[in-house]
Amino acid sequence: MTVVHDNLEKTEAKMSAKGVSVFYGDKKAIDDVSIDIPTEYVTAFIGPSGCGKSTFLRTLNRMNDTIPTARVEGEIDLDGQDIYRSGMDVVQLRARVGMVFQKPNPFPKSIYDNIAYGPKIHGLAEGKDELDAIVEKSLKRAGLWEEVKDRLQDSGTALSGGQQQRLCIARAIAVDPEVILMDEPCSALDPIATAKIEELIAELSGRFAIVIVTHSMQQAARVSQRTAFFHLGKMVEYGRTSDIFTNPHEQRTQDYITGRYG
Amino acid sequence: MSPAILLFLALGLGLAGWLAARARAWTFRRDSANGRIASLPNYHAWYVALWIILPVLAFVALWSVIAPGLVGQSVLASPAAADLPDFGFQRQTILNEARAVATGAAPAVFNPQAAALVEPYREALSHYNLIGIAVTALIAFLGGTYAFLRLKPDFAARTKVERIVMAILLAASLVAILTTIGILASLVFETARFFGMVSPIDFLFGTHWGPDPMANPDNPDPTRYGAVPLFWGTLFIGAIIAMIVAIPLGLMSAIYLTQYANPTLRKWIKPTLEILAGVPTVVYGYFAALTIAPAIRDIALSLGASNPSTESALAAGLVMGVMIIPFVSSMADDSITAVPQAMRDGSLAMGATTSETIRRVLVPAALPGIVAGIMLAISRAIGETMIVVMAASTAANLSANPLDRMTTVTVQIVKMLTGEGSFDHPATLSAFALGFVLFMVTLGLNFIALSVVKRYREAYE
Repeated sequence: MTVVHDNLEKTEAKMSAKGVSVFYGDKKAIDDVSIDIPTEYVTAFIGPSGCGKSTFLRTLNRMNDTIPTARVEGEIDLDGQDIYRSGMDVVQLRARVGMVFQKPNPFPKSIYDNIAYGPKIHGLAEGKDELDAIVEKSLKRAGLWEEVKDRLQDSGTALSGGQQQRLCIARAIAVDPEVILMDEPCSALDPIATAKIEELIAELSGRFAIVIVTHSMQQAARVSQRTAFFHLGKMVEYGRTSDIFTNPHEQRTQDYITGRYG
Repeated sequence: MSPAILLFLALGLGLAGWLAARARAWTFRRDSANGRIASLPNYHAWYVALWIILPVLAFVALWSVIAPGLVGQSVLASPAAADLPDFGFQRQTILNEARAVATGAAPAVFNPQAAALVEPYREALSHYNLIGIAVTALIAFLGGTYAFLRLKPDFAARTKVERIVMAILLAASLVAILTTIGILASLVFETARFFGMVSPIDFLFGTHWGPDPMANPDNPDPTRYGAVPLFWGTLFIGAIIAMIVAIPLGLMSAIYLTQYANPTLRKWIKPTLEILAGVPTVVYGYFAALTIAPAIRDIALSLGASNPSTESALAAGLVMGVMIIPFVSSMADDSITAVPQAMRDGSLAMGATTSETIRRVLVPAALPGIVAGIMLAISRAIGETMIVVMAASTAANLSANPLDRMTTVTVQIVKMLTGEGSFDHPATLSAFALGFVLFMVTLGLNFIALSVVKRYREAYE
């Protein structure tokens, strides 16, 4: 198996995985994946169901720690430091590497409290005014401010699905992370809400390193500049999105994007 | 002739109908072109069987109520009944005696007048028994025939049986509701009698409790019927001391079990905790009276309290709190487990620690269930009797000192009902008024618990 990195211009990697394998009990879910994730681009992980792309995404902020049987081998660096080293503070890591989930999961609290949750936990705001400012800024960045500014005290769960997902994105960016991981953020949304999220991803890219797992190849093509194709727990190919979709090196990638399987 | 025989008759006829209908349905199936009929033969069979059994059951229930009356009437109409004493206790005794001999429950009569009535009784009984059996058989036959004639290859017996099953289940759930209403009605009646003798204001706001079952019942002393010390004792022991123990411990054990314990440990601790809920309260009472109460007394002595009692509200409350832990813990456990994993993941992914996640996300999201558990626990605690009798005494005492003797509403209910007073003495009737207040309070608590759950149930999702 060859992993094609050589068609990429030299960029500084925000996160870089080196020979990462993930096990659930005895089962190997991820096999020896190495990849550099740049700050200035959106990186998409594509592949058929069960190929391990979500599992790999969750290793990037150690969310797999919550699964007792999961075990990670290899090294994942964030700014050159291994996040699996002993003494690594997972709380700090997750403040720097935020996550948005497949199904919108706002807390059963007000819109305001949903956004203020992270800043409060990490002590980012001194006093009410500063917190208000963070909430407003985050909602504006997530393109939700105009829709909710008059009802910040309403429950976050009362919003529509698309609004909830943007609320979750706003919640993630409220702690000013460096990387945002998105695990199929649009799979529970209708096309219009999806378009809004994709627009938002484009606006946020550059400011945050964004990694998005998606089932939809069109979505990967629309929002990402880098694409990694996963199959059966291995990363088959990684390169510019335009190359992957028009001129893949690997036969399996070709087969997948032309719809032979998946 | 007991209804049991009628019931067996009904079941036998039902079985016959079942077999006949099934055989009939099989012939449909044999005769049909493709070997298929709208419903399985078993559904046809059940349809007919239910049409036989249910009307018969309804008749038996009705018959067992009206038959004794009919028998009695026909006995009274007999010539031997003419020289019975007029209405009253004596007349009833004679009738009962004759009846007992006629049914074989008693060997012989004591009262000579009853001897003459035995024979008419026997006749009436066998007469009405025959009528009962005949009507049962007739109803079973009519129901069975009606149902059997409706059977056709395309008859939707499946849907019909489904509907009957639903009706039976509905009736089962109504039993509990009707019982509640019945309990309330019987309480209300006796309570009204009590309030006719002692005014509700004296009862609800008086601060001295000491009904005298030997006093003249026609002119009760209202100052002895002030129930405030009882309400306070109940509240203090059941809702304050017990809850100070049970809420934190129950909640913390639920949090540990759901969030921190590994599966093996959880598998052991949770059932063990639930065994606590099955320990009879008398056993808790021993523990409170023999171990905790003396220990509290010794501690109070060593701290300089003068002459503390071996019975104290504190001892009863503490043990009651321990008894209640499984209720709080089990409800809290269920509702924390019911919070979607996505909430927990969302919080952890924000960089929250496990305990921050519990405090700020899981407990608020699970709050309806937790509150409901606490409410149920309180209503369980204030209805508790044995522990209080054994550890906190039966002396009514309005005091805020947990080392004092105290008593609760339930304890006084037992004391008044088992006391020396006659049944219509106000001291005895006060038990019903106390029970009524207790019922209303626990009903209110359950109502609050349910509406809290309902109101916030869909907070997440």
